[in-house]
Amino acid sequence: MLKKVLLVVTVVAFTCVGAALAAPKPGGTLVFGRGGDSVGLDPAYETDGNSFMIGDNVLEALIFYKDESVDLEPGLAESWNISPDGLTYTFKLRKGVKFHDGTPFNADAVVFSHGRQMKERKIKFFGKGWEIPAQERTPEYWVSMEMDKTVDAIEAVDEHTVVYKLKRVEAPFLANLGMDFADIISPTAFMKNPKEFVRNPVGTGPFKFVKWVKDDQIILEKNKEYWDKKGGPYLDKVVFRAIPENSVRFLELKTGNVHICQFPNPADIALASKDPKMKLISQPGMNIGYLGFNHTKEPWKSNAKLRKAVAMAINRKAIVDNIYQGQGQLAKNNIPPTMWGYNDAVPQVEYSVDKAKAMLAEAGFPEGKGLDEITLWSMPVARPYNPEGLKVGVAMVADLAKIGIRARVVSYEWGTYLKRQRDQPPDMDLFQLGWTGDNGDPDNFLAVLFDGMASSAIRTQWQNQAYHELMEQGRQTTDQTKRAEIYKKANLLLYEEMAVIPIAHSTVTWPMQKKVMDFKLHPTASIRMKNVWLEK
Amino acid sequence: MAAYIIRRILILFPTLLGVSVIIFLMLHITPGDPAELLLGERASEEALHELREHLGLNKPFYVQYGMFIKRLATLDLGETIWTRQKVWIEIKQRFPATIELSVAALMISCTLGMIFGIISATKQYSIFDYLSMLGALAGVSMPIFWLGLVFMLIFAVNLGWLPISGRLSVGVDLEVVTNFYILDAILTQNWEAFRDAVWHLIMPAFTLSTIPTAIVARMTRSAMLEVLRQDYIKTAKAKGLSQFKVIFKHALRNALIPVVTTIGLQFGVLLGGAILTETIFAWPGVGKWMYDAVMQRDYMVIQNGTMFIAGLFVIINLSVDVLYAVINPRISVK
Repeated sequence: MLKKVLLVVTVVAFTCVGAALAAPKPGGTLVFGRGGDSVGLDPAYETDGNSFMIGDNVLEALIFYKDESVDLEPGLAESWNISPDGLTYTFKLRKGVKFHDGTPFNADAVVFSHGRQMKERKIKFFGKGWEIPAQERTPEYWVSMEMDKTVDAIEAVDEHTVVYKLKRVEAPFLANLGMDFADIISPTAFMKNPKEFVRNPVGTGPFKFVKWVKDDQIILEKNKEYWDKKGGPYLDKVVFRAIPENSVRFLELKTGNVHICQFPNPADIALASKDPKMKLISQPGMNIGYLGFNHTKEPWKSNAKLRKAVAMAINRKAIVDNIYQGQGQLAKNNIPPTMWGYNDAVPQVEYSVDKAKAMLAEAGFPEGKGLDEITLWSMPVARPYNPEGLKVGVAMVADLAKIGIRARVVSYEWGTYLKRQRDQPPDMDLFQLGWTGDNGDPDNFLAVLFDGMASSAIRTQWQNQAYHELMEQGRQTTDQTKRAEIYKKANLLLYEEMAVIPIAHSTVTWPMQKKVMDFKLHPTASIRMKNVWLEK
Repeated sequence: MAAYIIRRILILFPTLLGVSVIIFLMLHITPGDPAELLLGERASEEALHELREHLGLNKPFYVQYGMFIKRLATLDLGETIWTRQKVWIEIKQRFPATIELSVAALMISCTLGMIFGIISATKQYSIFDYLSMLGALAGVSMPIFWLGLVFMLIFAVNLGWLPISGRLSVGVDLEVVTNFYILDAILTQNWEAFRDAVWHLIMPAFTLSTIPTAIVARMTRSAMLEVLRQDYIKTAKAKGLSQFKVIFKHALRNALIPVVTTIGLQFGVLLGGAILTETIFAWPGVGKWMYDAVMQRDYMVIQNGTMFIAGLFVIINLSVDVLYAVINPRISVK
């Protein structure tokens, strides 16, 4: 009995202490060490993570992704309603929200923020509205998420209601509205100086933009009038410092000048794990690194057995262990395991030289006879989904040699690589590439990467009627459970046909000081400081 | 004299035109497409086309070159591809950082290099001579990248004397006037920022100065040795002048001429070496900026940034030559 009482007392005591420890303390300046400076701060025109991470804290969208997943939750829109035909979306906006410049957030601001990205601006303001200046350049994400093909018109019905009329049923539409490019900006601030907004963003976010010293730092300060009274912002200031050299950035963390260190060298992660003043945070990245085939030419185009033989011959686990240095997870689907629609029933491709040889013979090329020397295009740069393309290429060539396939590594400067790969030239047999997800929707992986029938711009150019139909269905079904089933089938089909060989999903691991509390890595790679606080 | 100056100014234009042709050709022969790099894996055919159209990359080469020259003629450096900012403003923000770093490095290398050189020359074949020349050899051969990291480990991480990187500590406010932080701190009488800016400058400046220090030391040594053998030095010594007076008043002045020329040349080298130093020390200067621009194929930055720097060098050269002519009228006659 006494033991039980003691146990209960201990548990209660620990819970109390835990609760006291966990209570966030406001104040302090957090310094975030990152690899490069932002390019620009206008959400409509940016394409890089370093730019978006400022927007993640200064600007907000109608829809938010939940704290640690890509599930959606209300953001600046309190609620929404989809018409039965799936073509009209009505958003009820949050009331009493103000931009950092003091102007009110309302339906017209939404129409302005999205309307300015449309090619044909079919928009209607509720109030006086603005004469939006012509686009200075293409809003890249708006175009690549096919928003012009999806959205027909945007109308502000009243102060707090916006209606989107769509041209086609598009299930990922809501998820798209949670992305950075869909952030709502202050029209007044933009119209004051349209050319300078890119350097002076004004939104509704938990932090206000203060100052930008190019290639050095961007300073944000707490938005004291932030609308959401639950949680943060707790920090007085956040400083994003650009420190290009990985090891120097880690040294700054070690000496306490930086609180969080982005993209450390793998060797430094091991050091950080032993340092009593540091802790590590890890998150499986929303990405896939894969090895593709040139589906525009034979023998790759119609010989699935040959593709399978290649897949079995490559020791992908060794690649993940040695080249990703453990910062990755062996892939069996072509979408990350954290995403809905992931099919756990898809078997892992077995690595076996003997079976690969047998399969190669079945494919009509016993011991590689009949196959000329093939090229294996390997990426010249580190990408989030593949840390060292050239090393991966060399390892694969060695593996292929074991079953009798002669291959050589080919590489180009990154821009040329991307350009030539798109053209699917005959001198390309196998190629490495990958993808980092934009909106957490499986369509953003499975259709964008593998549905070659949808467009000639699809990088794998794999053409399969059944797969194409699945993708169409997925887009036109709004019920998520049904969609998940469709994408599970698609994942299985990709495996059965071995359209590409999935290699790995890389893991993001960052060291930070122990006193940084409640910092979470998000699957979309957004950096949110809202609920972060510093233990004194 | 006036004719000489006019002639020199007229030569300036074909020189710059030549530079523009070389940059333009090199840039367009180098593989890589800014649109492709800007959009990465997700680039749709349509987005790529529109971006190329917007940037004028779809136009024939000679039209693109014509546009480049037309802008230059009106002293317009255009707008960068990536950050969509005026190239001139980007230069204005970064150039002072590079100049500040290079001038500090040059000052260090002049002082140290000359001291080592003089002592080595006067104590030829002594242990000091061997040590300092060995040091000079090491200084020339040491990779800046590695040296910078070693300095950081010793002076910042282990001893804690100096900050690791950046130009100012987080939290130190400085009202920017000229973007030369040390100068700005003096102008606004912000002594905390002054101390902090100098503190941040020491390590990168020393790292950057190693190669020029070594070169200046070797040049000073050989020039001094040459001069010390001259008859007038013997005469000075025979007159009974002190060693100090002989070296500093008679020998050094004459030995300085080739040394000063070397120092002038080193300044250009310093600006080049600044790329590495700026990268390691997160120093927001023009070197790192140009390097990134090359990696991203930001044609506007590369073309116009290079033209700006080339123009600056040509003008400085011109002024120096004109000054020579003023001092020594024989030059303009030739």
